[in-house]
Amino acid sequence: MKYKSLGILTAIAAVATFSVASAGTLENVKKKDLLTCGVSTGLPGFSDPDKNKKWTGLDADYCKAVAAAVLGDANKVKFVPLTAKERFTALQSGEIDILSRNTTWTQTRDTSLGLNFAGVTYYDGQGFMVSKKLGVKSAKELSGAAVCIQAGTTTELNLADYFRFNNMKYKSVVYDTSDQTIKGFEAGRCDMLTSDQSQLYALMTKLKDPASAMVLPEIISKEPLGPVVRQGDDVWFNINKWTLNALINAEEMGITSQNINEKKSSKDPSVMRFVGKSKNLGKKISLDNSWAVNIIAQVGNYGEIFERNVGKNTPLKIARGLNALWNKGGIMYAPPMR
Amino acid sequence: MADIKNSADLSPPSEIIGPLAWLRSNLFSSPLNSISTLIGLYIVYALFIPVIDWAFVSADWLGNNKDACSLKGACWVFVIQRLDFFIYGFYPDAEYWRVNIIFVLLALLIMPQMVEKAPYKRFSGWFFLTGFPIIAGVLLLGGILGLEPVSTDKWGGLLLTLVISFVGIIAALPLGVLLALGRRSKMPAIRIICTAFIELWRGVPLISVLFMASVMLPLFLPDGANFNKLLRALIGIVMFQSAYMAEVIRGGLQAIPKGQYEAAASLGLGYWKSMSLIILPQALKLVIPGIVNTFIALFKDTTLVLIIGLFDLLQTVNSAIVDPNWPQVSTEGFVFAGFVFWIFCFSMSRYSIALERKLDTGHKR
Repeated sequence: MKYKSLGILTAIAAVATFSVASAGTLENVKKKDLLTCGVSTGLPGFSDPDKNKKWTGLDADYCKAVAAAVLGDANKVKFVPLTAKERFTALQSGEIDILSRNTTWTQTRDTSLGLNFAGVTYYDGQGFMVSKKLGVKSAKELSGAAVCIQAGTTTELNLADYFRFNNMKYKSVVYDTSDQTIKGFEAGRCDMLTSDQSQLYALMTKLKDPASAMVLPEIISKEPLGPVVRQGDDVWFNINKWTLNALINAEEMGITSQNINEKKSSKDPSVMRFVGKSKNLGKKISLDNSWAVNIIAQVGNYGEIFERNVGKNTPLKIARGLNALWNKGGIMYAPPMR
Repeated sequence: MADIKNSADLSPPSEIIGPLAWLRSNLFSSPLNSISTLIGLYIVYALFIPVIDWAFVSADWLGNNKDACSLKGACWVFVIQRLDFFIYGFYPDAEYWRVNIIFVLLALLIMPQMVEKAPYKRFSGWFFLTGFPIIAGVLLLGGILGLEPVSTDKWGGLLLTLVISFVGIIAALPLGVLLALGRRSKMPAIRIICTAFIELWRGVPLISVLFMASVMLPLFLPDGANFNKLLRALIGIVMFQSAYMAEVIRGGLQAIPKGQYEAAASLGLGYWKSMSLIILPQALKLVIPGIVNTFIALFKDTTLVLIIGLFDLLQTVNSAIVDPNWPQVSTEGFVFAGFVFWIFCFSMSRYSIALERKLDTGHKR
């Protein structure tokens, strides 16, 4: 997500605390025996308390994976719900160890907030949802359309850019919350609704007849979402980077939470490195050699996480698309573990 | 002796008393009245029937998931299924009894205050203000007496709303009294400090206070000195509310005639005695509506903590309605939250009316 104005205050504050809370996150986490993870205040599929009041979702699972790698127990996570405005400060001030809150990786955020993005857990992008009744196949056919949007997000800017670039006119119908936006769409106040694609699928489930709407193929912005850590703590940065890489590599190697025990005795050299039988990859990021095994056994690989939270069998029904592995038509690609 | 048998009195004709007569004299006394009555009835019919139909007749109450909701009326199944989240937030299921004890205790302590001649009223009142917060704090936090510790980030829902408003109310009143007295003090230093405090906190919106407490404050603290987010919010709310409370009470102090102050002085009472025995009891009584007004506003203002990511009742509803496993249930969620808030605010206002009546010792002009 991307609220437009982070505010100068945050930026100043960021500079001021540049090096305050930096080193030693790993020691702190180990000492507390608890990982503190900043999540959203409720975003289906990414971080949302389920009916048993447990945090679930792709972003929440990433934190569980880090906890499994570092502490050996995926349940040793304390989730701190954060609003979009306070998320970076919470990380800068040391209130949380990881920010895993569907945060778009941009140059400004990466370079001026004293933070580092550890990778991309989900490639999102802004898309359009239209009613099937309109019979359109592309957003290009929608000149003059009324568009429902949520106020105060970069969505508005992207939309303006897109329509201006394509020499089309539009009328924006602005709402304050996503709930109002989808209600406006359902009431016919607008011809289409625009938001991040992952959000469109979540909003679609709220329609009386979800089959009456469709998401258009166009994606008009790049929104790579990923976990964020504090700059200047390279040990912790590496752990986060390689936790994500381990999740993706495991899927590529076909290692799942189901077969991880059999894989432990595998003779495949790359699998042997993965499960910690050779090369001591864990030690190189200051962890136990069974770190990757813990991740996969307790949380699953990237594909499992994706399918469990946002995939075909969930209400969101999001296709893998860009988030498929690089050898399956997507762009999920992790450096080799060797 | 003639046997005089009193015949029973005839009841007055039905045109004079009884429901029909009432209808006639009140609703249909003139053609204009009749027309407006009928129009009024139609409006009630047109507005209320759909609402009642939605909320009760076509509503679905029983079930486990969205299939139980026909979507013809309200889907209360959703509210019922997520009720424990709305009430306890993330509080562990196994420890619900602790919260329940507090709810029961709270009800037991408030009820005698509502009844005119309840026994041990004074005692329970003091216990409510002193012992109860301690017991509640111990029960909620745990960590001693063999109770499982539950950190404040697990508190949520109605529990959190009540904690915030209770702490706000209990702490803001005495602080407000002190600030109001300070602002009227003859000592310049105290007067200036109190006035500055009040004007400072009244001059900023509660949202910015909360935002400062949640976002800015941690940046000024040394690394690792991160104190609890809820505590930060509570301090902000107490400061804010005590400033408002001070001004309400100052209104009461100013309404006390000068003669009362002089009478207190001529009795040889010192400052604190004259204030606590003569001035404040009268002043506070005068401003009960204002005080309760502030309490009700505070209770509703607690929802603002959602902007700093605390899960109060409204925020739990907010985060539950986006659950893709349910159809569009935002209306049900918000109606539920609104109803709960209404119950509490309405009870507070009824209590204040009862209190005013009880303390009304004939100063009406």
